[in-house]
Amino acid sequence: MMARQSLFERLRHDKRAAIAATVLMGLALAVFPFVIGSSLGNSWLRIIDFAMLYIMLALGLNIVVGFAGLLDMGYIAFYAVGAYLYALLASPHFGLHLPVWLIIPAGAALAGLFGALLGAPTLRLRGDYLAIVTLGFGEIVRIFMNNLNAPINITNGPQGISGIDPIHLGGITLAKPLTFLGYAIPSLHAYYYLFLALALLIVFVTIRLENSRIGRAWVAIREDEIAAKACGINTRNIKLLAFTMGASFGGVAGGLFAGFQGFVSPESFNLMESVMVLCMVVLGGMGNIPGVILGGILLTILPEVFRHGAGPLQIAVFGKILLDPEALRMLLFGLALVVVMLYRPAGLWPSTTRRREFRGESATDVLKEGE
Amino acid sequence: MNAVLLEARAIAKHFGGVKALTDVSLTIRQGEIYGLIGPNGAGKTTFFNVLTGLYHPDGGDLLFAGEKLEASAPHKVAKRGIARTFQNIRLFGNMTAMENVMVGRHARTHAGVLGAVMHDRRTTAEEAAIRRRAEELLHYVNIADRADDLARHLSYGDQRRLEIARALATDPKLLALDEPAAGMNGTETAGLRELIEGIRRDGITVLLIEHDVKLVMGLCDRVAVLDYGQKICEDVPAVVQKDPKVIEAYLGGSVA
Amino acid sequence: MIGAMVALTVIKLLAASGLPVFVIILVALAAAAAVCMAVGYTIERIAYRPLRRAPKLAPLITAIGVSIILQNLAMLIWGRNYHAFPPILPTSQHEIFGATITSLQVAIVLIAALMMTGLIILIHRTRLGRAMRATSENPPIAQLMGVNINQIISFTFIIGSALAAVAGLMVSANYSIAHYYMGFMLGLKAFTAAVLGGIGNIAGAVLGGILLGLIESLGAGYIGDLTGGFLGSHYQDIFAFFVLICVLIFRPSGLVGEKVSERA
Ligand SMILES: Nc1ncnc2c1ncn2[C@@H]1O[C@H](COP(=O)(O)OP(=O)(O)OP(=O)(O)O)[C@@H](O)[C@H]1O
Ligand SMILES: [Mg+2]
Repeated sequence: MMARQSLFERLRHDKRAAIAATVLMGLALAVFPFVIGSSLGNSWLRIIDFAMLYIMLALGLNIVVGFAGLLDMGYIAFYAVGAYLYALLASPHFGLHLPVWLIIPAGAALAGLFGALLGAPTLRLRGDYLAIVTLGFGEIVRIFMNNLNAPINITNGPQGISGIDPIHLGGITLAKPLTFLGYAIPSLHAYYYLFLALALLIVFVTIRLENSRIGRAWVAIREDEIAAKACGINTRNIKLLAFTMGASFGGVAGGLFAGFQGFVSPESFNLMESVMVLCMVVLGGMGNIPGVILGGILLTILPEVFRHGAGPLQIAVFGKILLDPEALRMLLFGLALVVVMLYRPAGLWPSTTRRREFRGESATDVLKEGE
Repeated sequence: MNAVLLEARAIAKHFGGVKALTDVSLTIRQGEIYGLIGPNGAGKTTFFNVLTGLYHPDGGDLLFAGEKLEASAPHKVAKRGIARTFQNIRLFGNMTAMENVMVGRHARTHAGVLGAVMHDRRTTAEEAAIRRRAEELLHYVNIADRADDLARHLSYGDQRRLEIARALATDPKLLALDEPAAGMNGTETAGLRELIEGIRRDGITVLLIEHDVKLVMGLCDRVAVLDYGQKICEDVPAVVQKDPKVIEAYLGGSVA
Repeated sequence: MIGAMVALTVIKLLAASGLPVFVIILVALAAAAAVCMAVGYTIERIAYRPLRRAPKLAPLITAIGVSIILQNLAMLIWGRNYHAFPPILPTSQHEIFGATITSLQVAIVLIAALMMTGLIILIHRTRLGRAMRATSENPPIAQLMGVNINQIISFTFIIGSALAAVAGLMVSANYSIAHYYMGFMLGLKAFTAAVLGGIGNIAGAVLGGILLGLIESLGAGYIGDLTGGFLGSHYQDIFAFFVLICVLIFRPSGLVGEKVSERA
């Protein structure tokens, strides 16, 4: 605890240390896929790529739930909108093959529009009611995707859309290994760099928003809506803005998902996914960006660790597979959720401790507190 | 005599069978400290809520600086220049004192999403100005040393002061305070009194709900008395104090 | 879901024993209710009580965690297949107003009515019920008045679980099937019905439940005609949500609930 505190303090006050830390961090992130790829194999690299997508989703939902305090349980619908837009505009399904740099922003915009559409009628609702309505909205979107194959085939129904174009930027496709300065960069690595760049962009945007007039208005609404109104905040517009911004992040992640996976179907956007993203936000530390990122990484990786561990572990202990590994994995996962919330109800990395760390409580402060 | 700043005409508000306000009319002049008193449940807070657009009145209208005040749009009321504090303190508990006051600047600033993300010159200048003004205001209400503490960690008296600073941040013409001295000790109340006098000297009109009779009588230029939702008296403190109806309202009620 | 599965297991075990059908069902119900009560109580003690003062989303996440655990526990115990409900019940058919109703369905309606009456009496006519309502209104004050809120909340969980167990058995009897995942959509619809009627109001919940059921089946039946064949009956589930959203937007406190305005 002490060590971390002093490290943060140093980075805040010492420009050189901060630059050094950034460079080190950058290097670590750059070589990371090679380390993972060669030590754990490609399946883990795929999981890391997915972790990036989930970080984007978690940061988007964090704007709605963490900052503005609006409990949205249908968030995955926006991911779906982004993904389906990509699938429709860049696949043999309609024979369209539009470029990525057009589709991803369009996906963000369309998802943002859906966010506003969802937000508008729900503005007066609070807490549980809002949760249920948003959940209903998420299910409605999924049911439509499931059934819009007749009378006109738009979404291709439960079969989903396959053969989606891989992401290609300026004539380079990420589906095949790239050569860069004579080195071959495998496809999964290339996706990793692209996703990392976009995730960092979203982190950047979120940080900027958090420390702005808009970000403060979001948190003010979360803390006390009536006082926020009395401060001159147009709560209706600011809430809509939260829905729209959060949704647009989801739209971006969805588009990337479609290009990466090459296949979308309604099953990828069920309620469990919404719940999962919500868990990332709350478990990580609602409203606190590093916490949310941590939540995104942990909850992507943890189930996979359980998946890879559940079978072999049983064989090691009992000599054979006694329990269905899939059920066991989810069981452990549920257990992890409960245990973490019981011991850290405010999340793994909540924002108040960060504030205390940054402020660095001095002896006099503590004395004053004790008065 | 100064110009009229706020004119309430025959305001009525009821909740089911409870007539919280009936036919309440009053005029507040520029630069005065106007007291609103009355026994518990007389309708004082309800009047504030109607004034600030939180409740839709069932009758009557409000003129502010000569123009009609649109009901049910609290953020527009704030923008027009009416700021308030709340009887049961409503701060943004998990924001720092500084951030609370910065939120108060919302109505007077403009930066949107694009500005926030791009940090263009106008936005950074605006942000710096917000910060500067918030610091000034924290100094003004004398809690600058608590700037980085979470609002919910402040002492009760400091929370009341912080709420006033946040209200002042909206650059109000009229500042409405709902029982600012409630729960304060003698020294804190004396400090509060100085603060309110200072605010008036700076040209801001003050509307004050208060149960502390000494404070109201010493501070206010004029006082209105509500009882069961009706205005029973409006005059300078010396006269109000002697009005038999007022004495009856206070002594006849459960609160002596 | 647990209720249905436990009842099913008991019925299967006893079906061969040659006991009268009535006894078998009763034993199954009792077992299901008992198991569910125990589970409900344990969950409340372990996962919710320590969090009563925590940030408001923490209990939601533990609730999600618990439901994941229960679901997968059920899957480990009963497997991932559908279980057919043993055909031990007599299914005579009756014609009423041109509709065909099985005796089973009549029984279900009767049992439901019985349970609802019991619940209303419990909540409105007993000391325990009064304590429950006080706790939901304002926990700290209720506590000051000498109500043991921990006990009351535990008890609420127990009753709720027992009701769910009976309902689970009825659902699986009606559809002749039980499945580890069957609880989810049902839970959601239960909530919808409660919101539709107005939370905290039994009569409202009953009305909400009936309305939701009607809207759903009628909606599914006629949606094709209404939209000129554009939307088919697969959109049945949408109806529930659509109704819910409309109700919440126009009557946020439900159909029967009182209007509560937020105090500033
Ligand atoms: N939102 C509301 N819903 C129902 N009744 C209300 C509401 N707000 C106020 N009332 C009722 O209106 C009457 C006036 O209340 P109000 O809060 O304005 O009194 P007050 O003068 O501020 O009293 P106090 O000195 O106790 O603060 C009371 O009878 C109160 O119960
Ligand atoms: Mg009051």
